[in-house]
Amino acid sequence: MNINTDVILLWTIAVPLIGAVLSFVVSDATGRRLAAVTAFLTLVFAAMLGMGQKQGMWHELDWEWVPALGLRLHLGVDGISYPLVLLTALLTLLCCGYSIWHTPTPGLGNHLGALLLVIEAGIIGTFLAQDLVLFFIAFEVVLLPMAAVIAVWGGEGRRRAALKFALYTLAGSVLLLVGVVSVVIKTGSGDMTQPASLPPNTQLWIFILFAIAFAIKSPLWPLHTWLPDAHTEAPTVGSVILAGVLLKMGTYGLIRVGLGVTPDGFAEAAPVLGVLAVAAIIVGSLVCLAQNELKRLIAYSSVGHMGFVLLGIATGSAIGLQAALIGNIAHGVLTGLLFFLAGAIKDRSHTGQLAELGGLRERAPWMAGILGLAALGSLGLPGLAGFWGEAFAVFASYQRGGPLWTTLAVVAAVGGALTAAYLLRMLRKVSHGPLAPSLATASEAHWPEVVAWAPLVFLAFLLGVVPVLVVDLAAGASLISGAAGR
Amino acid sequence: MIWPMILAAGTAVAVMLVDLVFPRWYVPFGVALLGSLATAVSPYIVQKGQLALLCADPGRCSYVLDDTARLIAALIAVLTALALMLYAPGLRAGDAPAGEVGFLLASAMTGGVVLGGAGDLITLIVALETLTLPLYALVALHRRRDGAAAAVTFFTTSIVATAISLLGAALLQMSSGFVHLPFTMRHDLPGGQPIAIAGLILLLTGFGFKVAAVPLHAWAPTTYDGAPVPVAAYLSTASKLGGVIAILFVADEAADTDLRVTAGGTLAVLATLSLVIGTLVALRQQRTVRLLAWSSVAQAGFILAPLGGLLVSSSADLFAASLAYTLFFLALEFGAFSGVVALRPREDGGVLEDLRGFGRAAPWRSAMLAFGLIGLAGLPPVLSGLFAKIIVIKALLVVDSLWLALVVALISVVGLALYWRPLAALYRGSVDDRPAISFWPFLPLAAATIVTVVLSVDPQLTMSLWQ
Repeated sequence: MNINTDVILLWTIAVPLIGAVLSFVVSDATGRRLAAVTAFLTLVFAAMLGMGQKQGMWHELDWEWVPALGLRLHLGVDGISYPLVLLTALLTLLCCGYSIWHTPTPGLGNHLGALLLVIEAGIIGTFLAQDLVLFFIAFEVVLLPMAAVIAVWGGEGRRRAALKFALYTLAGSVLLLVGVVSVVIKTGSGDMTQPASLPPNTQLWIFILFAIAFAIKSPLWPLHTWLPDAHTEAPTVGSVILAGVLLKMGTYGLIRVGLGVTPDGFAEAAPVLGVLAVAAIIVGSLVCLAQNELKRLIAYSSVGHMGFVLLGIATGSAIGLQAALIGNIAHGVLTGLLFFLAGAIKDRSHTGQLAELGGLRERAPWMAGILGLAALGSLGLPGLAGFWGEAFAVFASYQRGGPLWTTLAVVAAVGGALTAAYLLRMLRKVSHGPLAPSLATASEAHWPEVVAWAPLVFLAFLLGVVPVLVVDLAAGASLISGAAGR
Repeated sequence: MIWPMILAAGTAVAVMLVDLVFPRWYVPFGVALLGSLATAVSPYIVQKGQLALLCADPGRCSYVLDDTARLIAALIAVLTALALMLYAPGLRAGDAPAGEVGFLLASAMTGGVVLGGAGDLITLIVALETLTLPLYALVALHRRRDGAAAAVTFFTTSIVATAISLLGAALLQMSSGFVHLPFTMRHDLPGGQPIAIAGLILLLTGFGFKVAAVPLHAWAPTTYDGAPVPVAAYLSTASKLGGVIAILFVADEAADTDLRVTAGGTLAVLATLSLVIGTLVALRQQRTVRLLAWSSVAQAGFILAPLGGLLVSSSADLFAASLAYTLFFLALEFGAFSGVVALRPREDGGVLEDLRGFGRAAPWRSAMLAFGLIGLAGLPPVLSGLFAKIIVIKALLVVDSLWLALVVALISVVGLALYWRPLAALYRGSVDDRPAISFWPFLPLAAATIVTVVLSVDPQLTMSLWQ
């Protein structure tokens, strides 16, 4: 059978958009199911992109759209974007499926499903875009639907948190816009597959614009302050998507756009990026040690984990970049799982305060077990997904040599130990100890929850044992092979 | 003959006559509606080809019907028709006399139709005044609301602005010896340059009043909020379009002379002030139409910002960007005002809290209003608003006007906080009773939404209109 695989690129974006419109107009119950079916179809299309792997771009689609803006509908998939696209499609499916069973007040599960699908289309579009202006547009598409998910289905302070998220992210993305348009004007093309070279001085200031935009999204310390609020207030599915894949748009952009389009600017700014990344690891861990709220703690742990990813990227070496990619995927899987669990616990106890939790393993041993697994994976236990990204980020930094990068490697390794401290503290407070009154009637995991968690648990093991699944895919991408050549 | 003008003026006369004979509201309403629609299509169907009138010598004409003039005539006529439709519930209920409203709107349309083809400063200013003059009466003409204060505010500030424009035009004529646009910027007479500079600044500032640019913006919030909402919609779109076109014409002539920096500097100041002050003050507004009015001030800043790039260097991109942004803006702004009217026909705009619960009670109308608001904020999923923003920033970066591009970019972040409030009000809480659907206001709302969707798919349409 002869399938035009290049058009599948378009379908992976168009299918969720069409599904979103349909889910929006039908009734609540139908819309929830329709959203889940659409998310499944999208996952199938996304998986089909894996056919025909080769060096460079696997599939490419390049249509004219708005010549006056230098905007082309140019999509492509390679080993860097493919795992992220799959992860996005998978997490969206899990979230849409979970929402059939449970949608927080005020209900309207079909609207929630529709927004999740729009977010999915935006994120996948960001990962597939090979045109700078298109990349920017896809990057922006995510903003309002995500803010709406937080503002409508979130907790107490949801509107404030949603607006804060939206303003922060928008502040970053307008700088991205100025950078992107400058590149298009100066080189006459927004092609990301063969970026035209710019003079080093221009590259530096354009890279700074890019870096601020991506640092806010990632988020990189000290531009992370929107994240804890957004996570604490967001509904479970919002947190999962936010931590699981939305943050990856920042790190992916830093690799694809920052390193790809402005390599000289990147090289010049790399030490600053490295220092900030390590600061994020340390600050994130220390704040986590003092956190009293479950979701806030996991949110701050994201700051630390993304610090490792950014450190890997900052080294600019092939190993560092591959560490960043596997770190991205692992963080998406494990933090997605952690937020699902945190949501499940909060649904039962109606509190996220660590002081009011405890003894989960007595009431719900399976749930406590999975929480333990996710926490261990997240703290980087060898054999689980979290280990590879952090270990290799430290290694890449050490390998780069010189006093600065060696120091960064050592400090990052210490930060890794702190990670263990705060995650074990969380386990002790939530799972162990005497049974807290808030959890006295807590039920064991329901089957829809188990269905949503199971794929993530499986992936946590799989990537822990065979990380080459991701690493090998990426090795063929021109950015990675280019970095290996330097 | 020049059919668009004749049709527009003829519509005004016809409305007045039928109103004498048939005193039911729908007769003058129907005549005005059909007349404005006929005017809208006439430049493309009846009157083809180039046409020049009242020429002193070839190349020096007071009226030229070219592609730009066609576009503007059609736009103004369409906006007039849409404003009439918005006003239909009010006219049916007798809030305002249909004959007078139809006549005044058709008269304003006549000014707008002429404006696009104006070839000299006098025609330009007279056309612009003809477009604005009937609106003073329209603002005040409402049985249930006292619009007199709003109309007087509008009237007095407008007189000052017109005086400033006329003084500027006179100074330009004095320094060059011409009133025809291509020649007014040549100041061959000895010592002409300072006079020309003063003239140009005064002229542009006077026109800035029509687009409600800071510092000549203060009338807009009071007037919009005091006027019936359909009239406010017309003020904020058709009347603003008139001012933009006048500024574009004058700046275009200045761009190739040594007055380029003067024009660019004046417009850069107007744009920056409008962006910053309009957006910041809008953040504090509690009344829906006042918020839209201040946002309209900020939007004037976005429209003028590309022309501020003339300060650095001249490029056709700047004018194309300004006109393209205006077209995106017209669709979005009319959508937003129509949304308010469709949700609250016959009422005033009310406070933001009055929008509460509509998101559930009237999902389609609310969605279309939200569509317009999100577009004005320049964000996806309303891609046309985002394209508009990209077009402005790109034009500014083409001429290396980085700081103005950054101002535009950063103020649009604050803009999100501005449009967030009506959006949040719309989708907060729920009300039990569904607001009655009124047919006529729904049409302009749907039309604006459709145009917005089309421009989202193919923004290229707006990009090649400036010559």
